[in-house]
Amino acid sequence: MINMTWEMFLQHLANGISLGSLYALIAIGYTMVYGILRLINFAHGDIFMMATYFAFFGVFFGLPWYIAFPITIILTILLGMGVEIAAYRSLRDAPKISIMISAIGASFLIENLAIVIFGGRPKAFPTEELFTKVVYIGNISVQRLTFIIPIVTIILLVMLLYLINKTKTGMAMRAVSKDHETAKLMGVNIDRTISTTFGIGSALAAIGGIMWGLKFPQIQPLMGVMPGLKCFIAAVIGGIGNITGAVIGGFFLGVSEIMLVAIFQGLTGYRDAFAFIILILVLLFKPTGIMGEKISEKV
Amino acid sequence: MLKIDNLVVAYGGIEALKGINLEVEEGKIVTLVGANGAGKSTTLRSVVGLVKPKSGSITYNNIDLLNMKTQDIVKLGITLVPEGRRIFPNLTVLENLKLGAYFRKDTNEIKKDLEWVYSLFPILKERHWQMAGTLSGGEQQMLAVGRALMSKPKLLMMDEPSLGLAPIIVNELFNIIKEIHNQGVTILLIEQNANAALHIADIGYVIETGMIKIKGEGKELLNNDEVRKAYLGENVSN
Repeated sequence: MINMTWEMFLQHLANGISLGSLYALIAIGYTMVYGILRLINFAHGDIFMMATYFAFFGVFFGLPWYIAFPITIILTILLGMGVEIAAYRSLRDAPKISIMISAIGASFLIENLAIVIFGGRPKAFPTEELFTKVVYIGNISVQRLTFIIPIVTIILLVMLLYLINKTKTGMAMRAVSKDHETAKLMGVNIDRTISTTFGIGSALAAIGGIMWGLKFPQIQPLMGVMPGLKCFIAAVIGGIGNITGAVIGGFFLGVSEIMLVAIFQGLTGYRDAFAFIILILVLLFKPTGIMGEKISEKV
Repeated sequence: MLKIDNLVVAYGGIEALKGINLEVEEGKIVTLVGANGAGKSTTLRSVVGLVKPKSGSITYNNIDLLNMKTQDIVKLGITLVPEGRRIFPNLTVLENLKLGAYFRKDTNEIKKDLEWVYSLFPILKERHWQMAGTLSGGEQQMLAVGRALMSKPKLLMMDEPSLGLAPIIVNELFNIIKEIHNQGVTILLIEQNANAALHIADIGYVIETGMIKIKGEGKELLNNDEVRKAYLGENVSN
């Protein structure tokens, strides 16, 4: 059953790390929104899907990738902020269940709009030689992308952690995540802070989406559903609300998923189920996740 | 400075404030005393826009506050130290203080105010790097007051600052309130500890089930039989 050479192992590991990086980028969006609104943004996977279409059409209409991709990121940010304003903002003081249902509604709406507008048939994502070129290291052959993805992810993570922990905006975000009302008393504009959070999460989803499209160059309107669920699981594994945790959860899920399929090839069909089994185990044995905060406060 | 006229606030049909009138003159310490649920907190929360009143008016230096957002009201120089301290436990002490000055742009003045807050509460300087959630209750209250001062308020409103604090710390806190007042900050203080509050107040209001029952000078209210009986726990007959 286990029949793997060292080279093959490294190859799978590289694949797992790059898949994990993509999960990590999307998981950050879930965890940030949860942190600030205590809401699972079910539309996040669909925002990721939309990003791949924005990039597709950008290149389709003849824009070079270095223009199409930044435009994709901007459009995705606007979409993410738009969803927040349209579907969540007016429900801020409503019971949690209302806003959750609104999130599910937003998700279905985006998916079905995409089917109507783009058609249900998969489209081929334009691949860029620059990213997809295969390089050989010893007997291992990997796409450049396999290295680019984790590097981009780590750079973005460092930038994000700096923003959250060292800047005034980040301080406001941390304050709002604990106590909306008191943050208002400090003169913090809650709406703008929440908007920024959605913008950042969507930008990361857009970058993840572009790299996803380059790695798996076939896009379709429901492609966001499964990665969306898995990245939510990654965020839970890492401890929802914790950004570093989401990244660790993403890597963990990506690597173990690839390795499971590589080692137990008979289980290939259960690949997606694996993530959910992990979710159940985490919820049973460590509901706060790997980095979950243990809150000890004196009152 | 602050003028509340005929303010009515209702929570889902139940009137918490039934038309109260209250005035805070610049440079004074005004206190609003009353039992739990009398409407003290609701009054302060209305001023900063956290509660939307049903009718009445609230003006600050003739500016109508009723249709303003909390974040803009704060910029006028009105700050509320909320009930239960509400410090940000996940931020350091220093970050909490900086957040108090969030909307200010005058970096140099902010630094001076930080030094002032540190001189009022030396413990905060000592612990500036600590997560605020690890402070003791008294220290958290100091932080909440310090954080409010960082916004350079002209009117400082405090909601039950003595709640849950040891008597010795309450004394310390009231001395600091006087000290802040001496620096030219007008103070509107809500207290269940009517005795302590009326001792330092120029003007006192007694609120009962959403209505102002008595208004008078602080010292005068301390000697008022009704107040002594209801709020100071004294047996008036002897």
